[in-house]
Amino acid sequence: MKIAIIDENRARASIIEEGLAGIEGEIHLISGREGLLARIEQIAPDIVLMDLGNPSRDVLEEYFTVSRVLARPIAMFVDESDDDAIAASIDAGVSAYVVDGLAAGRIRPLLDLAVKRFNAFARLQADLAEAKGKLAERETIDRAKRILMDSKRISEPEAYAELRKKAMSSSRRIIDIAEAVVTAHGLMGGN
Amino acid sequence: MATRELIIGFLPLVDACLPILAQEHGFAEEEGLHLTFLRDVSWATVLDRLLYGHSDAAHMLAPLAIATTMGVGRPAHSLVAPFVLGLNGNAITLRKDLAARVCQPGVLGEPRAVGAAMKAEVESALAAGRRLRLGVVHRYSSHNYKLRYWLAACGIRPDEQVEIVTVAPPFVADAMAGGEIDGACVGEPWNSLCVERDVGTIVLATAQIWRRGVEKVLAMREHRLDARREDVEALIRAMRRAGRHFVDPANSQTNAAILARPEYVGGPEDLILRAISDQPVLVHDGPPVPFPDFMFQYSEAANFPWNSQAAWLYSQMVRWDQLAYSDEQAQRATAVFRPDVYRSALKSTGDDLPAANSKVEGSVTQLTQVGAQQGTITLSENRFFDGRTFDPVDIPGYLAALD
Repeated sequence: MKIAIIDENRARASIIEEGLAGIEGEIHLISGREGLLARIEQIAPDIVLMDLGNPSRDVLEEYFTVSRVLARPIAMFVDESDDDAIAASIDAGVSAYVVDGLAAGRIRPLLDLAVKRFNAFARLQADLAEAKGKLAERETIDRAKRILMDSKRISEPEAYAELRKKAMSSSRRIIDIAEAVVTAHGLMGGN
Repeated sequence: MATRELIIGFLPLVDACLPILAQEHGFAEEEGLHLTFLRDVSWATVLDRLLYGHSDAAHMLAPLAIATTMGVGRPAHSLVAPFVLGLNGNAITLRKDLAARVCQPGVLGEPRAVGAAMKAEVESALAAGRRLRLGVVHRYSSHNYKLRYWLAACGIRPDEQVEIVTVAPPFVADAMAGGEIDGACVGEPWNSLCVERDVGTIVLATAQIWRRGVEKVLAMREHRLDARREDVEALIRAMRRAGRHFVDPANSQTNAAILARPEYVGGPEDLILRAISDQPVLVHDGPPVPFPDFMFQYSEAANFPWNSQAAWLYSQMVRWDQLAYSDEQAQRATAVFRPDVYRSALKSTGDDLPAANSKVEGSVTQLTQVGAQQGTITLSENRFFDGRTFDPVDIPGYLAALD
């Protein structure tokens, strides 16, 4: 069984590839837009997995529509009984195209794996975004502390204590107070 | 009144403007709605999200809504279109050197004359062993059908003498620059981007091929319409008000700025302004060329989902997909457009409502007042460039005459 994974996001493509490593068959990664259809034609995959955010989906579907009259008809899933599986894959952000005639029993485990890997990647990205957000918060608080230290000639622990006190008395988060300080400082001509 | 949410899927094109502006200008809110938008970069994904419940309604190619309902190419899912998001707004852009041979660059040519010159180009390319390759956004798009209609009426056989391929709108300029395609029929701002990058020249607007041709619709699952009927009617009222605001030239600058935002179309504001003010620039460094019919989003009951428009799209699907015509399929396709919902939404507003649900398309040659259920509707010229008319009661006869 030949599986093509088309994903402009190389990191995600690798994660999916890794997840499918236990599957019997060849796996081909395609990440660029250039020569996409020629690559597909050359690989002649039984299954194509593509992320929903890929701008080449319409181009690929058109190719499959045309290929339906050719030797290897490919469709998005085989019949309507796959509806739950399609819904799960759409929720995970992946579309799957399968060569007509491939037994459903061989497709489902592979799809389930692909969906799991897509979900895992989405979680990783959410974690990363959260970590980045935390980092940005830390930087803002540091800047606010420096502004207070410079303008009030106080120490770093004292500056942090002031932010904290203000946050508690106004029932807001420290980061909100820090942002207000940085914004106000910017407005007053500081940088 | 509590605010109800509707999630709207769309592709970054200027003709997604009405729901976006309904939200941004507060018309949705006045109807008790809050609209959230899901931006995607392929029609396949806009459609999948609609079918699997990520969105409540979507900006959709009208022929794709019909093909999906008929189950052409995939299992059938019933979609309905209670509102037409606009008429035309697309253009045909050719590679610069090719454009210079088929028309006078910088002027919108006469479709027959441009077509005759194009036929000569197609034939000389064939003699040199090469088929010209033209891009469209999707097999089931009015772009594809209008391009093919024009070519065929000018004696050029699509598929045989020219190759028609799918290209995603944001990549049209790249594909033209890289020599992958010789031309394309696409929506805005992507023609203007070809001109701006000096890789192509706009030679025709699709409005010149069919003066009042249906373009995108607001599509939704049939059962979702039934479940959210009141909210959908509220959305229709909000979009009509957005349309009225949109066509006032005094608002074009503001609207271009909103549409240019990255969460919406995400393109250069000045290019978007050209399209929405009906002043496309056809050739690099050329002047804007005013063409009032370029995009048509409001007047003359432009948003009314005429069953006859859906029937015309079905006729083209039969024609180009070589489907067998059937009365039953024609009925199914025609019924995707839901004028009953549009009427019911606007009955209490006094807005213009035609008396009929169908008309002979392309039959109006001069200003004509038509029967109205309420309001006054005067239609201006709505011809096909070759003078044919389409009577939805005789699709087989229409198709036979085209061959």
